Amino acid sequence: MYSLRLWSVRHARLLESVYRIGNPLIVATLRGAARVFGRHIDRPVTAIERAAKGLMFDCRMCGDCQLSRTGMSCPMNCPKTLRNGPCGGVRENGMCEVRPDMACVWVQAWRGAALMKHGGAIRDLAAAVDHRRFGTSSWLRMARDD
Amino acid sequence: MTDPDANPIWHPGDPADPSLPLPILPGHVSPGRFERVLRAGLFAVTTELAPPDSADPADVLARARVFDGVIDAINATDGSGANCHMSSLGVCAILTRAGYSPILQVSCRDRNRIAIQGDILGAAALGVCSMLCLSGDDVSVGDHPEAKPVFDLDSISLLGTARVLRDEQRFLSGRRLDGAPRLFLGASINPFAPPAEARVFQLAKKIAAGAQFVQSQYCFDLVMARDFLSRARDMGLLERCFVIMGVGVLASAKTAKWLKSAIPGVHIPDETIRRLEQAEKPRAEGRKIAVELIQQLAEMPGVSGVHVMAYKQEDYVGEIVAASGVLGDRRPWSPAQHCEQRTCA
Repeated sequence: MYSLRLWSVRHARLLESVYRIGNPLIVATLRGAARVFGRHIDRPVTAIERAAKGLMFDCRMCGDCQLSRTGMSCPMNCPKTLRNGPCGGVRENGMCEVRPDMACVWVQAWRGAALMKHGGAIRDLAAAVDHRRFGTSSWLRMARDD
Repeated sequence: MTDPDANPIWHPGDPADPSLPLPILPGHVSPGRFERVLRAGLFAVTTELAPPDSADPADVLARARVFDGVIDAINATDGSGANCHMSSLGVCAILTRAGYSPILQVSCRDRNRIAIQGDILGAAALGVCSMLCLSGDDVSVGDHPEAKPVFDLDSISLLGTARVLRDEQRFLSGRRLDGAPRLFLGASINPFAPPAEARVFQLAKKIAAGAQFVQSQYCFDLVMARDFLSRARDMGLLERCFVIMGVGVLASAKTAKWLKSAIPGVHIPDETIRRLEQAEKPRAEGRKIAVELIQQLAEMPGVSGVHVMAYKQEDYVGEIVAASGVLGDRRPWSPAQHCEQRTCA
């Protein structure tokens, strides 16, 4: 949801803390669950991740989550799906050149990163996305160390 | 220049045939004249060629000829504005055969990493020595808005890809190349678009990814340019990359307003628009503004050259560059001069 997506960026510092505590918990739980139930957990876990991150960040399930280094602004919402934005076409009011009614995902990302404790990670180079991972869970990938 | 010794670009090992590759000088990555101009510390002048809507090579050569003697390298645009034209690779192949130094523009909009890597090898094989890595305009702004946007890579992963091909002599897959593409790698910058605080970090990322030169979006605001460059210098970026600033030629106040409103990322101060509005001859005033910008950018520390973008005013590029005086007595290489003597830069 667009308004929640903007809220997430405004509260990037809070979400960063939640992530730093919550992520190891989720990964540890999934690691245990995967040991017992194997691949049976994939569909429900993917559905939960899609629902939760879809609501908060308009997550596109690229399978290689960058939120913690992009100021809690999902780069896959950029119409050009840039992983190292922004492009040179940002409007003077900070809106997207392709969708003038949407705030530039990368203007938001730099804003969110400035609020975060470890926001400097936005300056690191991001590799191109692996398209085979689309629609898969990045939580499970972390749990399985893929 | 008549004395070959006085020409810092010419090298005794250079072949007489302009379509043959030059030797790669020590410390250089490409056999191109454009890299030689910059590394020799000369003020470089580049421009862009609007590719024809035709399959006739004569149309490309006619468009290049107007730049003879004033331009060090010609950017061949890759479907700019997401409009369909002759491909940048096709334009470059025609230009290298005539001896010109083209800069291959590669956008990520239309091709995936398989196609792009193949094109990079093909371009280098056809004599292309310089490449500009771009994300590209979205399909929605062009003449085929129903097309599928690709964007498999972005400008930064494209730079990394070209560098892997060149320096590691392999594809992204790891498969070895028998011969690496010897390319001088460039990227674009736009210090005039928000978020202002991120723009210098974006330059740093592009340099880290492999950019050796950058060409900027239209610069009409010298205060913003100076501020950006001083921050880049503080971060030590200017020693690692040649910065070429974009200069636009405005035909009228109406064009300026249209550019500002219709092309996102173009910043034109109100003062410039007012100057055009008040001018008796707006076209001549637009050229005068370009000349002044070139002169002021040439004085600015950290600027290694200018990129003159004169869409539909290409015939005036020679006059504008000459009036600016930034080339001094240097005459950049051109096919006509090459026939007369081998001493031009």
